[in-house]
Amino acid sequence: MSQFLQVLLSGLATGAVYALVAIGFTLVWQAAQTVNFAQGEFVMIPAFFVLIGMNWLGLSFWIALLFGLIISVLVLGLAFKKLIVEPILPHGGITLIIATMALGILLKESAKEFYGAEAQPFPAMFPGDPINVFGAVVSLRDLMNLGISLGIVVLLTLFLNRSRTGRCMQATAQNPGVAEILGVDVKRMVLYTFLINAALAALASFLITPVYLAKFSNGETLGLIAFIAAIVGGFNQIRGALVGGLLIGVLDNLTATYVTAQYRAALPLVLLIVIILVRPQGIMGTSEGRTV
Amino acid sequence: MRRWRLFAIVLLLLAAILLPVGQKNYLVYVLTSWLIFTIAAMGLNLTLGYAGQISLAQASFMAIGAYTTALITLAGWHWVLALPIGLALCFAVGLVLGYPALRVKGHFLAFVTLAFNTLVFLVLRNEEWLTGGTYGLSGMPRPDFGLFSTDRQLPFYYFTLGITVVAALAMWGIVRSPWGRAFKALRENPIRAESLGVDTRRVTLLAFAIGSAYGGLAGALVTPLVQFIEPGSFGLAHSLRILLMVVVGGAGYFFGPFIGAAVVILLPEVLRFTEGYYLIIYSALVIVMLVFVPSGLIGIWGRVRDRFWPRQQVRGDMAEGARLQQ
Repeated sequence: MSQFLQVLLSGLATGAVYALVAIGFTLVWQAAQTVNFAQGEFVMIPAFFVLIGMNWLGLSFWIALLFGLIISVLVLGLAFKKLIVEPILPHGGITLIIATMALGILLKESAKEFYGAEAQPFPAMFPGDPINVFGAVVSLRDLMNLGISLGIVVLLTLFLNRSRTGRCMQATAQNPGVAEILGVDVKRMVLYTFLINAALAALASFLITPVYLAKFSNGETLGLIAFIAAIVGGFNQIRGALVGGLLIGVLDNLTATYVTAQYRAALPLVLLIVIILVRPQGIMGTSEGRTV
Repeated sequence: MRRWRLFAIVLLLLAAILLPVGQKNYLVYVLTSWLIFTIAAMGLNLTLGYAGQISLAQASFMAIGAYTTALITLAGWHWVLALPIGLALCFAVGLVLGYPALRVKGHFLAFVTLAFNTLVFLVLRNEEWLTGGTYGLSGMPRPDFGLFSTDRQLPFYYFTLGITVVAALAMWGIVRSPWGRAFKALRENPIRAESLGVDTRRVTLLAFAIGSAYGGLAGALVTPLVQFIEPGSFGLAHSLRILLMVVVGGAGYFFGPFIGAAVVILLPEVLRFTEGYYLIIYSALVIVMLVFVPSGLIGIWGRVRDRFWPRQQVRGDMAEGARLQQ
């Protein structure tokens, strides 16, 4: 029983970080009706910004985190939107998807060539001391990851539903034309969405990298799992991304412990195919009207 | 214009026949892999460029074709017998993979096919009794036709060239047939295609199945070329590579895959002096190209032509009408 609880808790902890990344997918989807295939690399790269800040610029850890966050928002939010999404979006969705794939390769190879191919240790914000929770041994770091991720999701939901800017962003996501007529600055709202996505990716990076080490190839699996989490939960819903992320984190850990470790990587994929065939809009999602 | 095109094709074919004569084995090998990837990209071009369905699983169809051929030729059968089995298998699996395509739109399909690619990779790696696991399979014989043996590099190149020409002619026929026109109608506007009596479900499935069979053909040629196959050669990165070939060459253009495969296969050789930075330069070039010429390298030629030899505008409202569609 205590083993089960342990597996469950650590599954929730990784799942919460998946959820953060998955939320980024749904945000970009709402803002630009596109899928960012480089999302995994968006989570991989901020850790390297922090390492550059610490090792090359000699900043202390917390300042370097702030530095990494700011650079991430500028590069992965502002520059991504201005230089890639804006010029390519008019050419069509598939073109933009391919451009984000190329961007993923670009980021991955850049990290490898300019920083190094070996996995780099990354300092954790919290100590990994074990804590006893009802007989299960969990690290403080896992609990903090879970807590912080959930806290960010709650804050984000409050921001989107309660604040004026958040509501304008939602209006933009639902119908840019009408939002424009009602006096919403649509362009600015779309920009905010990209900045928030970059910030979420950076935070997920800071939480998850101490576990996985900073490695150029981290983005591949992470991006895939987060995307599957977004689809499984419901692509157009933030809480859908949360549910999907937690579900995949827990299922992944349960399968690896109790069924098979060999086909562990296949589980989210099978889940994806089942969900798409049975309930394409996702567990929490609402189906979108098809636009012609 | 037509005559010019025919002349250019004959000239290119002559170049393809004469170029490798007297060259080192390595160059002949690079040219052969260019032809093989052209076939794989031709198949994906049908699915993506003509029918508008994004697929990230072309490398896994190469894998199915390659492993089927390997297992059958290792069992002592001739390559010619292995080929139709591999093609039929890919066609059937392509049909099944096409089913999600009926339910989901573009990007979702991209991830379903991506999931499929990863599943195939995992099966190849884990089912050691069949696929040799991470060690792969080796020692597959090259096809021998009595008087014409492909054991040496140059004859194998000509053998591959012959198959590429046949595959290209078949593709030309498919694209010009009523099916081909149905594919294009599906890409441009699915609902309008449906209203014109195109059975969009069947056409989508067919586009997937035929495109997959071309992937299988490429795989069936890879096996005798490299004579050693392992799961890593058919991973997601290779599906992405084939996708980039199609896009860089020009999706939806008949000769796009030839140019795209040439760029993707030959550019590393040209950019060798940059060492590790090849992929960085390459992906940056792709992004820049998508910003300025989204229709690929063939599209550049189209732009140049429109600038210097503008064709007569038939109807002034055509361009405007097309834009209103968006």
